[in-house]
Amino acid sequence: MRPHSRLLALLSGLGLLLGGPAVARAQESHVGAITGHAVRGQQLYRRYCVGCHGKAGDGLGENAMWIDPKPRDFTAAVFKCRSTPTGALPTDEDLFNSVTRGFVTTNMPPWRPLTPQNRADVVAYIKTFSARWKTARPVTPITIPPEPAVNIASILHGRELFQRLECWKCHGPAGHGDGPSAHELTDSKENPIRPYNFETGSRFMCGTTNQDLYRIFMTGLDGSPMPSFADQVRPAEAWDLVHFLRTLQTLDTPEAALWKQWLATHAGELKPIGPEGGQQ
Amino acid sequence: MKRSRTLWWGGVAVIATLPLGSAALSAPVPPPAAGTISGKATYTGTPPKMKPIDMAKEPNCVTQHPTPVMTENVVTEPGNTLRWVVVYIAAADTAAPAATETVRYDQKGCQYLPHVAVMRVNQPLDIYNDDPHSHNIHPLARVNPEWNKSQPKGAPPIHATWEQPEFIPVKCNIHPWMHGYFVVLRTPHYSVTGEDGSFSLAGLPPGTYTVTAWHEQFGTQRQDVTVGSGETKTVSFVFTARPY
Repeated sequence: MRPHSRLLALLSGLGLLLGGPAVARAQESHVGAITGHAVRGQQLYRRYCVGCHGKAGDGLGENAMWIDPKPRDFTAAVFKCRSTPTGALPTDEDLFNSVTRGFVTTNMPPWRPLTPQNRADVVAYIKTFSARWKTARPVTPITIPPEPAVNIASILHGRELFQRLECWKCHGPAGHGDGPSAHELTDSKENPIRPYNFETGSRFMCGTTNQDLYRIFMTGLDGSPMPSFADQVRPAEAWDLVHFLRTLQTLDTPEAALWKQWLATHAGELKPIGPEGGQQ
Repeated sequence: MKRSRTLWWGGVAVIATLPLGSAALSAPVPPPAAGTISGKATYTGTPPKMKPIDMAKEPNCVTQHPTPVMTENVVTEPGNTLRWVVVYIAAADTAAPAATETVRYDQKGCQYLPHVAVMRVNQPLDIYNDDPHSHNIHPLARVNPEWNKSQPKGAPPIHATWEQPEFIPVKCNIHPWMHGYFVVLRTPHYSVTGEDGSFSLAGLPPGTYTVTAWHEQFGTQRQDVTVGSGETKTVSFVFTARPY
């Protein structure tokens, strides 16, 4: 036995003593050039994540009862922020981005204080809580075509979609999260949940960019009431919807500037959004 | 909690009884006449009352129903019969061909039609929106992948299949009163009780079967039944009804 192989044997023996089940130690994550390891992720998870997500990853940590929306249950392997179609597992990068970004309007903070390697390790460990990570076929992310230039026609068409697809039923006619179905929404565990209020600020549930916004309604936020619109919206139309949604924010975006300028002279031409808006 | 336990037992029922059926199905030559298991599902105790559904939030749906639609999670009739009970032979029938005909599931008048749709593993399922407004169809699967899709007015049917047997609650988040079930089974031998609580499982080769009866609120029951050649056996399932 060569010295380094003896060392390896000793280390793996230690791993058996300290680590969890064999599957936990074997799991990896791949984020860019970084490879995350579950055995290291476990140590970090038990220090930083366990309070809310629980030792078993079931979202029933000791803080969970005080938290709303509830911490994610990793044993269900259903995730909101994905680049993959509804019903599919997220990519490692999706999970890494969620850990990095945190979730606006929830108790999940951004975990930038952890190094990228640390975050990749945690992601690898999160994947040990459900067998689906072993059994499910890998699914490719949705493709997002390049964003066309913003113009009034695009925003107006996006507004028509907002009415026709009935986004307002939950998000409200002005995007304030106060539509007629808003107060009865529940997540997949029957816990009450609010639709996103576009007035809240600059962060969406899964990012801040136009691409993130596109991805949110095309993939849906699994486990929440937000469905996927991928079968209903063509890619070009999806960008129109993105441009309109930007005008609902209280931010100085190019979309909002253009919209304000147009509204100053054309506001009277708009049909209302909501039940009285009819089919546009 | 109640739901997940029911699903779990449903899964166990499917797996646990596999060998029984395979033994029963290795029939000798010449093939004997098929048997039938039929009967009724009833309840004892106090079932919850069916309640009228307030659809005021969706005016279209109010006008579609001159009298209010009643909740369907527990549907009882005079004689204590119980509707929407799925009765099936959990054992997989290895000789049975795969199910290829498409199961149709409708969203109409803010209701799921039928309330309980039974299909086999990998059987094509088409989900239609017959209403002049959007629905989102959200099967809350746990064994199979959970997904959630929007289906606006006039959108084509959504095609789906399920790879694993499971009792999947279905809901529409926009209209939270909408509630149904996809029941995914391996076996071709199943029956859903009608208004009179009756079911019939025909075409069974002689043998001993574990017959399972599932109700979304009153749980799962099992009985072992032996059917002879050309015989019809009558079986009753009596569920204990809880008011809440």
